[in-house]
Amino acid sequence: MTLRRTPLAPDALDATDRAILNRMQDGLPLCPRPFAPLAEALGLDEETLVARIQAQREIGAITRFGPFYDAEAMGGAFCLCAMEVPADRFDAVVTLVNAHPEVAHNYERSHRLNMWFVLACEQPGQIIRTATRIERETGLPVLLLAKEHEFFIGFRVTA
Amino acid sequence: MTIDATDRRIIAATQGGLPLTPTPFAEVAGWLGLTEAEVIERMQAMQTSGVIRRIAIAPNHYALGLVANGMSVWDLEDARAQELGARVGALEFVSHCYLRPRRPGWPYNLFAMIHGHSRDEVEGLRSRISDLLGAACRGGDILYSTRILKKTGLRLTEGGQ
Repeated sequence: MTLRRTPLAPDALDATDRAILNRMQDGLPLCPRPFAPLAEALGLDEETLVARIQAQREIGAITRFGPFYDAEAMGGAFCLCAMEVPADRFDAVVTLVNAHPEVAHNYERSHRLNMWFVLACEQPGQIIRTATRIERETGLPVLLLAKEHEFFIGFRVTA
Repeated sequence: MTIDATDRRIIAATQGGLPLTPTPFAEVAGWLGLTEAEVIERMQAMQTSGVIRRIAIAPNHYALGLVANGMSVWDLEDARAQELGARVGALEFVSHCYLRPRRPGWPYNLFAMIHGHSRDEVEGLRSRISDLLGAACRGGDILYSTRILKKTGLRLTEGGQ
């Protein structure tokens, strides 16, 4: 499914939908009927709550429902990388970089360092090997910017 | 914690999401030939150890009007990076906040992703971070994404280790 990149119409969500969206960002209990407490708090039955979440997914108000896995806690290795790519070689370098399955995301950004991608590997040693391969293929340096510390985030989107 | 083969099957089955039904864990158990109790127990253990952060929805920022975002970066005095980074991460408009190493030609050690309804709003929020950092900050910049070149999920394969 392609991610919707434009805002919904103001009336696409009613007050109940907004309450669901705000509350469902905080986490459900791991129990046989995880929707029951929220359904009760909102005065809905569980089927209605689930159907509303389904509808929110269909219109693109939410992208997914489920567990948020910490990929690093699962044993994977990740590293943010940045490159300065000459404008006249940009498309060719995109092709070379994206060809690596270890490249999970890649963004063009407005800066001298104009290509930013994340390497996602099963083993830590694969990060440096993949980066070295990309440097060799492109002839351009890859800056490795692995995170040293992640701060706690309380960010929630208010619907 | 150690993740065993059964945990990995649960992860592979649910990393794209849970089924939307009043009893999602029973349905996952049915897919995998496990009992509902075993799925819940294993997912609880993963939540306790931090492998699962929470069971929740992921809102679509764009659909909800947060169409502007920028990666703000800051050159922060090392001695105060932990303390100030924690305060930046706690701001309600920051969705990711990390310390990263400096590199030749790249003096910034703090990264904070800012979300807003417009580019102007994001610039205003960036000034708030700048005010918060004060004299401990030697400089900053903001990088806006101009194009998504690739986006795949961070997927773990069932057999991989």
